[in-house]
Amino acid sequence: MNFDLTEERQMLQDTLRRFLRDRYTTEERNRILNSDAGFSADIWAQLAELGVLGALFIETQGGFGGAGFDIAVVFEELGRAGVVEPVMDSAVLGGRLLAAAGRTDLVEEVIAGAAHLALAHGEPVSRYDLTHVETRLTADGGDLILSGRKAVVVNAEAAGHLIVSARESGGAADADGISLVLVPADVAGLTLRGYPMLSGGRAAEVTLDDVRLPASARLGDAGQGWALLSDTIALAHVALAAEALGAMESAVKLTIDYLGTRQQFGRPIGTFQALQHRVADMLIELEQARSAVIFAAGHLDGDTRTRDRHIAAARHLIGRVGRLVAEESIQMHGGIAMTQEYELAHIAKRIVMTDHRFGDTDYHLERFIALSAA
Amino acid sequence: MDLSYSPEEQAFRAEVRDFLETRLPKEMAAKVRQGHDHLSKADMEAWHAILNEKGWLAQNWPREFGGAEWNAVQRHIFEEEAARANAPRIVPFGLSMLAPVLMKFGSKEQQDHYLPRILDGTDWWCQGYSEPGAGSDLASLKTKAERHGDHYIVNGQKTWTTLGQYANWIFCLVRTDPTAKQQEGISFLLIDMDTPGIEVRPIILLDGTHEVNEVWFTDVKVPVANLVGEENKGWTYAKYLLTHERTNIAGVGFSQAGLEQVKRIARAERANGRPLIENPHFAARMAQVEIDLMALATSNLRIVSKAAAGGAPGIEASMLKVKGTVIRQEINDLARRAVGPYAMPFPSEAVEGDNDPIGPDYAGPLAAQYFNYRKLSIFGGSNEVQRNIIAQTLMGGRR
Repeated sequence: MNFDLTEERQMLQDTLRRFLRDRYTTEERNRILNSDAGFSADIWAQLAELGVLGALFIETQGGFGGAGFDIAVVFEELGRAGVVEPVMDSAVLGGRLLAAAGRTDLVEEVIAGAAHLALAHGEPVSRYDLTHVETRLTADGGDLILSGRKAVVVNAEAAGHLIVSARESGGAADADGISLVLVPADVAGLTLRGYPMLSGGRAAEVTLDDVRLPASARLGDAGQGWALLSDTIALAHVALAAEALGAMESAVKLTIDYLGTRQQFGRPIGTFQALQHRVADMLIELEQARSAVIFAAGHLDGDTRTRDRHIAAARHLIGRVGRLVAEESIQMHGGIAMTQEYELAHIAKRIVMTDHRFGDTDYHLERFIALSAA
Repeated sequence: MDLSYSPEEQAFRAEVRDFLETRLPKEMAAKVRQGHDHLSKADMEAWHAILNEKGWLAQNWPREFGGAEWNAVQRHIFEEEAARANAPRIVPFGLSMLAPVLMKFGSKEQQDHYLPRILDGTDWWCQGYSEPGAGSDLASLKTKAERHGDHYIVNGQKTWTTLGQYANWIFCLVRTDPTAKQQEGISFLLIDMDTPGIEVRPIILLDGTHEVNEVWFTDVKVPVANLVGEENKGWTYAKYLLTHERTNIAGVGFSQAGLEQVKRIARAERANGRPLIENPHFAARMAQVEIDLMALATSNLRIVSKAAAGGAPGIEASMLKVKGTVIRQEINDLARRAVGPYAMPFPSEAVEGDNDPIGPDYAGPLAAQYFNYRKLSIFGGSNEVQRNIIAQTLMGGRR
């Protein structure tokens, strides 16, 4: 057993933490949150230059990391600073899926910070049911025709390509029969309706109306996209859990700092035992969350069932702890934490809204029960 | 023990329900039903005017001042029916906060001048209590008023002033004797917001809304005639006001309406091919809140009927505030959960303006409202302050 980070990962963590502390200040983040694009191209370029994007890919994919602990280290720091740049979407969901499908040309561009991607998978009625795909893919001569609607596609507007899941065979909720296609953003029949998200960044509702694509747009074999998709979403689960952990660390730190400075009744409110005990509870739960991220990251390369069981456990636990930490941090701050420009408001939103991506606390509890019974 | 309402109370409920069915504008109810808390000033004024025409605006005022003089049970019935019908809430600052203070401690001239203007909507009042350094510890407030002949000169800053952007008057706690013990040097002043030297600055909340403000005072001249009661006795009046602020503090009706909304959503949403309302985990969460709310409704009635019989609510108000806000916040958490990934979009004015909603039409405001309603356990005396009141009253101990 060894719970220390390797020297390389320690360096990555230090470099990224220092960079974000210096550059991703509250003022800078508020400026980014209020911008039309919803993220900073300049910050994005620097993340690429620092090797943060490359650390999310394995060597054969052109990166220098890519394991569960690399992803966890990067996303914990992104979460700590409340970063809204689409690292999850362009690099993990888009980049890692393309890399696994062997499209190395685009992956190189992603690692270099030159290309953005989006995974268009969820649909208006699919909720967290990952095999529910009604968007249709049909062959027409040598071409493919794609039609359907995709919901809350994060980073769709910035993406040069969208990876779209579509059904080629089987029933609406079958894992078999799902194909993945690479769709250029400027193709005829693709329309986006973009909007900002509550916790920063942007997403879009995507309509695909008889989009014609060459057969080469299909990633992997026809109807066999699920394995690729679920392996990639497993990486995203680890990333989301780590990001929430980093954000929770920030929330707790801000709260401790505030309790030490805010004076009421002639003394710092942190001297009241009623509040001290609540901080202690948050710290206890925070360590539980840290362990959950570690066991999820550590089982990422295990067999699918072991991997998924640990992921479900981690995301359930972090969903619970996340809500506690977000709500208690706001409550112990009082009114100041309710204001848009105060750092904690954004951090708390990042924590809570994590629970709406690829399954919430209840969904992962059900999944854990099912995987444990099997 | 008799859990039933009297025939008079039942007849009153029928009358309230009939009034709401005929007089509450449908568009207004639709906005409230969708969870759009932030009605326009015109909407709120229009609802006040409708109630005033019926004589039901000033529900707790005595008849001699033009009020309905309802007892606590009647007020409770109205609250329940109004929430059920998705009526807007009554803006409380003039009606149920300032007015009782003026009736008890104000001069005849002040009562004759200000009370009719609250009823007919001439004046919109806001509350100048909290300051940046005086939140839970309200008595540490620093805004000062110095007497110069027939005027006070006011300097300082108030904050968290709800709907101050609409107000033309503000009632303020100010320090008039800096040498006295904290609670003994405070006075209660009425200030015209148009007076030179007053600046209102918006505070944007974490859900992007503008409902609270900072109010800055720089050498603001206020006639001594605007002092309520005696100089340096303001803390007594402020405490009296706070007991009225706690009318309907449990918010049972609003929680019931919120829970109904969650049920509607859970019937419409599907999880794994079934209605969400049949999902055992979601159903269990919903049932637990509903059970808590049933008990709170009964607690509220117990306390309310005591008040109607003349008993004064003491720490009960604090208990209802804590439990009522926790339940309301749990309901908002359920609503956010219910819509799944469609909680993520941020429905700003620009997006909503002339477009269709993103996702189901009920999804838009829910996550934002979850965050906005974290305020419930912070304002009006935080839940920590309420617990202090309960513990100090029941267990003694140091103040």
